[in-house]
Amino acid sequence: MIQVTDLTKAYGETLAVDQLNFTIKPGIVTGFLGPNGAGKSTTMRMILGLDAPTSGSATVGGRPLAEHDQPLKSLGFLLEAGAVHPTRSAHDHLRALAVTNGISTARVDHVLQLVGLSEVAKRRSGGFSLGMGQRLGIAAALLGDPEVVMLDEPVNGLDPEGILWIRHLLQNLANEGRTVFVSSHLMSEMELMAEHFVIIGQGRLIQDISAPDLRAMAAGDSTTVRADRLDDLVGLMQNDGVEITSTDRSTVSVKGVTPDQIGRLARDGGIALHSLVPEQRSLEDVFMSLTADSVQYHGSAPLEMAA
Amino acid sequence: MITPLSPASKAIPTESQTAPTLLKDNPMTTITASPTPSVQDSSVIKTKRSSTGKVRTRNVIQSEWIKFWSVRSNYLTLLAAGFATVAFGMIFSAVASDGQAPGPAAFLTNPVDVALGGVGLAEMIIGVVGVMVVASEYSTGLIRTSFATVGRRGRVIRAKVAVVGSSVFAVAGVAVTAAVIAGQAVYAGTEATVPVTDVLDVIFGTTYYLTGIALIGVALGFILRSTAAGIGTLVGAVFIGPNLLNLLPDSITDYFLKYLPSEAGSAILTQVTTPDQLSLGAGYLVFTAWVVGLLACAGALVQRRDA
Repeated sequence: MIQVTDLTKAYGETLAVDQLNFTIKPGIVTGFLGPNGAGKSTTMRMILGLDAPTSGSATVGGRPLAEHDQPLKSLGFLLEAGAVHPTRSAHDHLRALAVTNGISTARVDHVLQLVGLSEVAKRRSGGFSLGMGQRLGIAAALLGDPEVVMLDEPVNGLDPEGILWIRHLLQNLANEGRTVFVSSHLMSEMELMAEHFVIIGQGRLIQDISAPDLRAMAAGDSTTVRADRLDDLVGLMQNDGVEITSTDRSTVSVKGVTPDQIGRLARDGGIALHSLVPEQRSLEDVFMSLTADSVQYHGSAPLEMAA
Repeated sequence: MITPLSPASKAIPTESQTAPTLLKDNPMTTITASPTPSVQDSSVIKTKRSSTGKVRTRNVIQSEWIKFWSVRSNYLTLLAAGFATVAFGMIFSAVASDGQAPGPAAFLTNPVDVALGGVGLAEMIIGVVGVMVVASEYSTGLIRTSFATVGRRGRVIRAKVAVVGSSVFAVAGVAVTAAVIAGQAVYAGTEATVPVTDVLDVIFGTTYYLTGIALIGVALGFILRSTAAGIGTLVGAVFIGPNLLNLLPDSITDYFLKYLPSEAGSAILTQVTTPDQLSLGAGYLVFTAWVVGLLACAGALVQRRDA
């Protein structure tokens, strides 16, 4: 379990992280989302005890990570995929990390096999692709067989097969009862992976929300209707508070009437419905509108689209 | 080579539980990595927990030892420093035995000092190794992993000091002894030789000095966190600076020049001291104070700063 309490980090006048509060629970994958510069990495560095909070605290299993006897066995982490000396082999890199926490070389070989790097483990890691670097970083995170796994942007640079692989890996880790905390700036990457979302923008908490609740937010209030005798159906639906806009000759968008009601009206009027589609925004859209105010660097066009 | 798509990648859109099995049956090849094993095979994830305990300085030294000797440039550079010590010693000795002075006249009066003429080059190489061992971790980001995995940062500094110090001491000790013997052998054609046992103090002093320079490099690496700044400061402030200051009138430089690291060091690596230099004892004291002081400064900064 990771607990963040009133966590704040100021760089001069700028608040990189501003009064953050959240708890990351075991047994599920939690996505940590926010636009670039939202403070995700800073928050993770404070959880790791690398950056000192200006105020507030971040604990792992109730204590700051640095106070754990063998930190790697409590929390495995990936911060930067390229954080390896380029001429050192993956095997030597992991071995050097492992011995600090009393982890065996056999375990090093296990995690290398797990991430699919066994065959290149003795080669210099500088020749690794971005995706292989990510796999090596994930191997390092799993070295200590930790209760908590925290990964900063692990999907960056992975191919579709790699993304599928990491999704199943993280879900399995969560199914084993571990706490899995994964950051990304792309909702599309996270929505298939996470069961819970912590969304931040400009260092502030925007949403701490379960996946179903977030999907509920994505549900729109209009329904797109295509029908045989559209004009007759429009006449039946016409009522106070109902807003009907025509998209083209055979399609209308209706607000103020539920899809169920439209279906019943059509049946009662003997009208054949061709389609009845409740508006559903993508989670990406929801995420974009949630964070639109806090996007630090943006072009004007995408912002208009998001708004 | 074009990587063929396996059925596994076609299974991506389906969120089925069978996907990992597909992965297992049809191993996907990444560019050069080996097939990714199934993460369903949780025995791979959960290996037996290794012994519990604490992170001890001994573990961290072991880790730093693996790091140091797994980067080829480290030992090649150390070997180069050793080679330079011996080779230049032989060249200087050969020149000196011809009666030509390769440097200041006083230099010639002592065949041991001539044989150790290569130390001036070796110290730069060795100092650079010291800087690189630390600064490369900052440039790759590995330092964060190093700090977070061992909890307390002081351990990382102490372990690096232990590993760099002992490695340089061993290599320099052998190289300096070899240089004295080889230089004398070359010189012997014209002059009487000095037995090695008579100059053990010089051999030890020179080895001590080279080890100290490496540790100053380590300290500068931690203080400046950059390879360029570290090497620049080392070469500029430690090696070249004092020579420039020498151009100032003696009335000014007399008071402080001899207390600079390289000048204090010169008192311990020669048999022939000039009145401008510190005594042997004071030389050890001042030089050691520089090394310890800079390391203490590095330690304090590392504790205080965000990593």
